[in-house]
Amino acid sequence: MEIEERDKYTGHMTTGHDWNGIKELNTGVPNAVWIFLFISFVFSVICWILWPAWPLGDTYTKGLLQTDQLKRVDQVVERAIDERVVWTNRITGLDYGEIQSDPGLMQIVRENGGRLFLDNCAACHGEKGEGGPGFPALKDGAWLWGGTPEAISDTIRFGINSEHENSRTSEMLAFGRDQMLARGEIIKLTDYVQSLSHASPDQEARKDDIASGKALFLENCSACHGENAKGNIEMGAPDLTDSHWIYGGTRETIFKSIWNGRKGHMPSWQGRISEVDQKILTLYLLDISVEER
Amino acid sequence: MFNFHYRLERYSIRFAIMVVIVASIGGFVEIAPLFTIDETVEPAPDMRVYTPLELAGRNIYIREGCYACHSQMIRSLRDEVERYGPYSLAAESQYDHPMLWGSKRTGPDLARIGGKYSDYWHVVHMNNPRDVVPESVMPSYRWLGRNELDGKDFALHLRAQQKVGVPYTDEMVENAINDLLGQAKPDSDVMEGVLDRYGEATNLRDFDGDPTRVTELDALIAYLQILGRLTDVAHQNPVMKKLGGQE
Repeated sequence: MEIEERDKYTGHMTTGHDWNGIKELNTGVPNAVWIFLFISFVFSVICWILWPAWPLGDTYTKGLLQTDQLKRVDQVVERAIDERVVWTNRITGLDYGEIQSDPGLMQIVRENGGRLFLDNCAACHGEKGEGGPGFPALKDGAWLWGGTPEAISDTIRFGINSEHENSRTSEMLAFGRDQMLARGEIIKLTDYVQSLSHASPDQEARKDDIASGKALFLENCSACHGENAKGNIEMGAPDLTDSHWIYGGTRETIFKSIWNGRKGHMPSWQGRISEVDQKILTLYLLDISVEER
Repeated sequence: MFNFHYRLERYSIRFAIMVVIVASIGGFVEIAPLFTIDETVEPAPDMRVYTPLELAGRNIYIREGCYACHSQMIRSLRDEVERYGPYSLAAESQYDHPMLWGSKRTGPDLARIGGKYSDYWHVVHMNNPRDVVPESVMPSYRWLGRNELDGKDFALHLRAQQKVGVPYTDEMVENAINDLLGQAKPDSDVMEGVLDRYGEATNLRDFDGDPTRVTELDALIAYLQILGRLTDVAHQNPVMKKLGGQE
């Protein structure tokens, strides 16, 4: 092992290992590697001086640049908010009608509202506001709590049956489960409710059931849904005569709604979305629901 | 110096030991100071602990491997805070054993998912994510709503958390099973005391739409609904307040 031997062809030393006459060269590390190694050492020393690096007990070296990534993101976000002020101020300052008649501002509303909608609302209400079973459609113009900008904005801000103190509250009672009505009565009621929006093929045969269903409706349901079943936006009671359904308009789902009751929940967005963004979303919703009609 | 290294490399055991020593210096300098530097974990006086039901949900989250596709860590970058909310702080996961920050995002970050969607949405989404998000690639977790939650050893879970420094009181440990079921069974005799022990802000309701049973889905939704809401400390930053409109 300790034999010093120089290979006569390359001029390098050998390691002294010998496998049946084949000897291993002990070639030195190439200069390029030494150079890069040296540069990276120098680079790291510079980094130690400029940026936070070494721990010192309960603190650490902060570096000459005083970099703090948490402060940096605050600055970047604040700068972005300030850059938007040009148009956010106009949206905050103008009322809904004025913004809707300004094509430039509505362009901003569509761009930003679409993004906000996808991030926050689309998971339940669908990417185009088409809704789904249990989640109301937003583009059909059938507003549960009223379609004025103020009403929509309040729904976004406070939510429905949410944890917010000003939350809208609404609950359909469980007429079957809580034994307020018998099964037979609920079936008749279902017949009546279904006949309000579309006639079933056996409408004539069920005439008597529908008639007694109507009597039950006036007794039990009209306080919220109204005598003509047109709903009540004060209580978020849906119109039962149109073709828009939240949970579905089949006999089965109507029966289920009456039997188990319904209590939809929309979270409050106050504190999660800024007020100007809430206003943009309101305008965006009005925009897409108008397009649909 | 090169001769020294030349000699060092000749004996494999000695060389392996030296490698371990040198590598551990790196670990010592990078990890150990985090226990002594006083800025590592921000003070969060309003921080509350997970209730037994939420902790059970967390265990299911780990069991089903949710962390493989979802992170729970909002980075301090503008696009992340604008989409998800205030960036995560160490204090928020101080009672997480193990932490579930993650870095792989096949699905969205979940650090601030708590309260963003309704319980019903979570129920539908767990049964079949495509029912609410058509382009989702997340698998269905239908069995969670069918499986009754197994909580018989839950006092031991709390005891273990207590051992690693989570401030569960002995009273909480004693009532673990009671509280586990009570949180998802409103208006029952087991709900007594849950609010006393875990605070008024605790979500006390049936989560999975089936008030007759406490299922694994109850636990998972209870956990998801509390993510990002154990403490308010991340929302105290004035710029983040401005971004979320809390001013």
